[in-house]
Amino acid sequence: MSEPLLDRHVAFVGALREAGLPVSLAEGLDAARALTVIDLAERETLREAYAATLVKRAQHRPGFDALFDLWFPPVISDGPPEPAPDHAARPVLPNETAELRDRLAELLMGDPDDPAFRAFARSMVGRFGRVPAAGNRQSWFSYPVLRALSPQTLIARLLDAMLAERGGVPEALARTQISRNIRKFEEAVVSDVRRRIAEDSGIEKIARTSVPPPIDRVDFLRLTRDELARLRREVHPLARRLATRLTARRKQGRRGRLDVRRTVRASLSTGGVPLTPRLRPRRPHRPELVILCDASGSVAAFSHFTLLLTFALREQFTKVRAFAFVDTVDEITAYFRPGVDVLDAVTRMTEEADIARFGRTDYGHVFTRFAERYADAIGPRTSLLILGDARSNYQAPALDALRRLAGEARHAYWLNPEPRPQWDTGDSLASAYAAIVPMYECRNVAQLAAFVEDLA
Amino acid sequence: MWFASPDEVRGRLAAVDYLADDGIATSVFLAGALGKPLLAEGPAGVGKTQLAKAVAQATGARLIRLQCYEGLDEARALYEWNYKKQLLRIQADGEAWEDIFSEEFLLERPLLKAIRSDEPTVLLIDETDKADVEVEGLLLEILSDFQVTIPELGTITATRRPYVVLTSNATRELSEALKRRCLYLHLGYPTPERERDIVLAQVPELPGLLAERLARTVATLRGLELKKSPSIAETVDWARTLLALGRTDLDEGVMAATLGVVLKHDSDQSRAAKELGLPRP
Ligand SMILES: Nc1ncnc2c1ncn2[C@@H]1O[C@H](COP(=O)(O)OP(=O)(O)OP(=O)(O)O)[C@@H](O)[C@H]1O
Ligand SMILES: [Mg+2]
Repeated sequence: MSEPLLDRHVAFVGALREAGLPVSLAEGLDAARALTVIDLAERETLREAYAATLVKRAQHRPGFDALFDLWFPPVISDGPPEPAPDHAARPVLPNETAELRDRLAELLMGDPDDPAFRAFARSMVGRFGRVPAAGNRQSWFSYPVLRALSPQTLIARLLDAMLAERGGVPEALARTQISRNIRKFEEAVVSDVRRRIAEDSGIEKIARTSVPPPIDRVDFLRLTRDELARLRREVHPLARRLATRLTARRKQGRRGRLDVRRTVRASLSTGGVPLTPRLRPRRPHRPELVILCDASGSVAAFSHFTLLLTFALREQFTKVRAFAFVDTVDEITAYFRPGVDVLDAVTRMTEEADIARFGRTDYGHVFTRFAERYADAIGPRTSLLILGDARSNYQAPALDALRRLAGEARHAYWLNPEPRPQWDTGDSLASAYAAIVPMYECRNVAQLAAFVEDLA
Repeated sequence: MWFASPDEVRGRLAAVDYLADDGIATSVFLAGALGKPLLAEGPAGVGKTQLAKAVAQATGARLIRLQCYEGLDEARALYEWNYKKQLLRIQADGEAWEDIFSEEFLLERPLLKAIRSDEPTVLLIDETDKADVEVEGLLLEILSDFQVTIPELGTITATRRPYVVLTSNATRELSEALKRRCLYLHLGYPTPERERDIVLAQVPELPGLLAERLARTVATLRGLELKKSPSIAETVDWARTLLALGRTDLDEGVMAATLGVVLKHDSDQSRAAKELGLPRP
């Protein structure tokens, strides 16, 4: 391996580690060996060789790709950096944008793996992405590029061009294709912006901020709509993984501890030699679950996801009942009947259930109402699970009502989607409630999955 | 030498109707060139098992398959002594103690078979995640030096290392140690362009336009929030179904009538019908 390549290799592996990929020494060496047997001029082969040797979890792949694009850029801007731009000197001509949008529309109807697609994205970053910064400097942004070309506003036009008539399956298919291609275009723009920043100010600077955390580590409270949709598609695979693990654990549990009395008794038939140890059967315990969840806007994404996951896992519990609240509480179990589409259930619950009077979360009132109306839901076999941020708009907390509910249940837990340092700030009653019901930070899917596994 | 380059992988796999993208071509090439096992992970029906079969077929190698399941143990994976035969021998000849631990009484299981094979061999360890965690320890041992010590017979070392493919559905995370030892290939759902080509490779009689339409429909279905997304295997099944029905187009009526081929849950079917505006069958 040539020396510059070796340096680059070492720096790249270092950056992957810094971004949280667990690359071992041996794997780094595997990658180096791989470089000696492939054609280094083939960029995609190089990328895949690194991925095969260093990336052993699918969740790490997007971060890996972002870093690979920085360390091994597809193109290098030629010539010395242009002088800081003077926007006034090169105004955007009125039909220039129109022409560029025509070209984009054409590309969006084609195959995004066509090299022309990425080349166009790069040239658009060159044209629109430069923004003068303090001093005589410049910086690069994707926002002005996407605003100038506004791909989202091309959708109607593209549909008309692709379809003889609107509606039905053909439109649904065309929409899938268009939105995928728009997303690819946006990604290509973002990636080229990063490349240019790296050229101007060094890779290390941008690398740290380029790597998105794996989806199961993204805070519930900060999910974008896209991320939420991606997460929801993960509900069933996640539920399946959890269920497999839980079933395996219960089976192991069944081979419980040694039952001395039965072993000795059995040994009588073998002349007192304890040939076959008898094990105490461990009772497979599936808890009854009662979920009480805050459905107000601030934590809706968290509550919905948790509800979806729990109902996807319903076989793991003897019984599940769910209640939702904002400032009053209603039972929502019926919306989640087996076989019902859970997404519909969430929508219907939001529209139909009687959970909001004035629309501002009031935990105290909710606990009191719950104790009045649904006290029978909680018994000595129940695990009570409360979901919410404990932010109650400065209303009375009704600690006694909560204490009674928790006292009736076999176990009670509270999952709070806020980062722990924010507990107790402002109108949060976290510590007051946590003194009654053990409260766990549950910011992302990884934490939620770990909790569910312990619970079931 | 298994393959000379990723391009050669692509060509030779295509010759046996398996279509490789950059990720597949490169990792399959490297597994051969570096002599490391390849772990292919991904959802059901995306061609993990088929990949190992295709490598064997493309290179003319022998395929040995270890199917993993809960409860798989060394005796089933590696070797065991033929106890019954040994007993019979001792009953027939009381002096036989010496030779009952010899080749004649050894039951060879897939791992041992692959190590002792002297022809080019692809060892497929299928659905590794189904096996208990202890099996990983055994695999780790075998995959690091390709040798087995049988106390009664001594150490057996592979004269020719097999090409190893492990597959996993990721129902559980395989151990870090095992992953470190392997090259990793994530197989996911393909782009509609690639899926069209795969369908045409598997069902060449299908009209190209219909294949394209199928691939794009399936891509749209995967975008819905379904309990179980359709796999490549199901897209191929769908293509075969349409062909068998003599259909050359996928209009809304046909789609509604055959949706069950790709969507196995009732609630998934109603969701899809609703989102796509299909008549309910
Ligand atoms: N790249 C490909 N080229 C050609 N055919 C493919 C490809 N990928 C998948 N297929 C088709 O998909 C079918 C299913 O693949 P396979 O049985 O290998 O899936 P799998 O990933 O092993 O699934 P499972 O996890 O259920 O075992 C294959 O028989 C083949 O028809
Ligand atoms: Mg398989």
